[in-house]
Amino acid sequence: MVLVRADNLVKHYGALCAVDNISFEIMQGECFGFLGPNGAGKTTAMSIIYCFMPPTSGSVTVFGLDVTNQPSAIKARIGVMPQDDNLDPDLSVFQNLIVYARYFDIPKKISVPYAWKLLDFVEMRDKAEVNIKSLSGGMKRRLLLARALLNNPELLIMDEPTVGLDPHSRHAVWDNLAHLKAEGKTTILTTHYMEEAQRVCDRVAIMDNGKIIETGTPTNLIQKYGGNLEDVYLRLTGKNLKEVIA
Amino acid sequence: MNLRRAFRVLQRNFTVFTKLYRSSLALNFAEPILYLWAMGLGLGAYVKDIHGIPYINFIAPGMIASSSMFAAVYECTYGTFVRMTYQKTFDAILATPINIYDLVAGELMWGAAKSVIYGTIIMIVISALGLVNSAAIIAVLPVLFISGLIFAEISMIFVAIVPGIDSFNYFYTLFMTPMFLFSGIFFPLDNLPPLVTKIAFFTPLYHLVNICRSFAGGHIVGSHWNILWMVAVALVLAPYPFRLMKKRIVK
Repeated sequence: MVLVRADNLVKHYGALCAVDNISFEIMQGECFGFLGPNGAGKTTAMSIIYCFMPPTSGSVTVFGLDVTNQPSAIKARIGVMPQDDNLDPDLSVFQNLIVYARYFDIPKKISVPYAWKLLDFVEMRDKAEVNIKSLSGGMKRRLLLARALLNNPELLIMDEPTVGLDPHSRHAVWDNLAHLKAEGKTTILTTHYMEEAQRVCDRVAIMDNGKIIETGTPTNLIQKYGGNLEDVYLRLTGKNLKEVIA
Repeated sequence: MNLRRAFRVLQRNFTVFTKLYRSSLALNFAEPILYLWAMGLGLGAYVKDIHGIPYINFIAPGMIASSSMFAAVYECTYGTFVRMTYQKTFDAILATPINIYDLVAGELMWGAAKSVIYGTIIMIVISALGLVNSAAIIAVLPVLFISGLIFAEISMIFVAIVPGIDSFNYFYTLFMTPMFLFSGIFFPLDNLPPLVTKIAFFTPLYHLVNICRSFAGGHIVGSHWNILWMVAVALVLAPYPFRLMKKRIVK
């Protein structure tokens, strides 16, 4: 079943064309990755899927609902883990979860036990009362993940879920992702780490200059272009390794 | 806009407020008391009665007006701006079913609610100090919500268009301070050039001060034009924070 469908999606910011006529489909239960250099349009494409900004033209449907007409209905069923830390610094770890659950109209009777469950999931139960400012980068990422799961979303959107993390924290997030995948959650993520893409993504779309250059499973892309996913990526985005080093 | 979702935003701000209220209440509380003390007792010793009212009693109702005003304005300028930019709180909220109009409505209602909270506290204090003649002052509370809404709307219009947090200096120096000084809190505007009264008529604080002073003196009727003015202005301004904040946040 198709969960997300984009047809001829275009997004302009003033004169800048961030997403230039892309079309893609994301199936239920898969982990789909947008790869590409900074400014390729990955974050913009994802922001349109989670209804943060409207498309300039083209259409995007999520769960069969149009992003321009029914954003609130779509957002109720999506979890978003943003690239930037936008945890609420005025609130404790636990309060962050409870206040966020209220935005989804989840009553306390449900949100409180579920928040504890999620804190267990990301191994942060002992940090419940801690101030956000005293969390490490890795803990912030994990709390953002827990927060994104509060409404038990059918679709999880993650913008660079492991950026800036040490290897331990990164593996912790990957373990979480593997669990969610086993539960059948659909995931869309962006990443700069080809190791991560190869490890967690069922399919990837490689973007550059607002366009999708290639879509496929990591295995198929490697077979088609040779080398590993990083070589494929560098070749498709207009650079090979030697140029990069030089 | 959905009221229930807007309420969720107000609720978030209230939750934060209940965590930090001790320090913020104490500070907001200290300022009007300082004014009462310095102006009412200090300056009041050299000033004869105004319209037959002792000077400190004359200025006391104005303290309800000014502290409720500053509560909404601080909240919806610095508070809103910090949530929108540095803390990225709005980005987090907008990834939930809450949309930009719900968010703006929630922020405005919270600004107005804060006006009522701070106004109520000052009302209790000046009443306890015996500076209010009539229990009719209680009728000012719903009015504080309307005036709070106006101050919140003006503040958020400004938030939506300023490039950075430093720009609020212009807002406070060029708009808030003159409005505060020439609102009739500290002296009647009758003896100033007529132009001053004319300008003051277009500021919400002038009307709020009139209402507070009338109610404190037990005169409820007679303020209807001031109230009508505020309702009209609150309605006329209403579309702009929504429109401008959407333009600023939703690219």
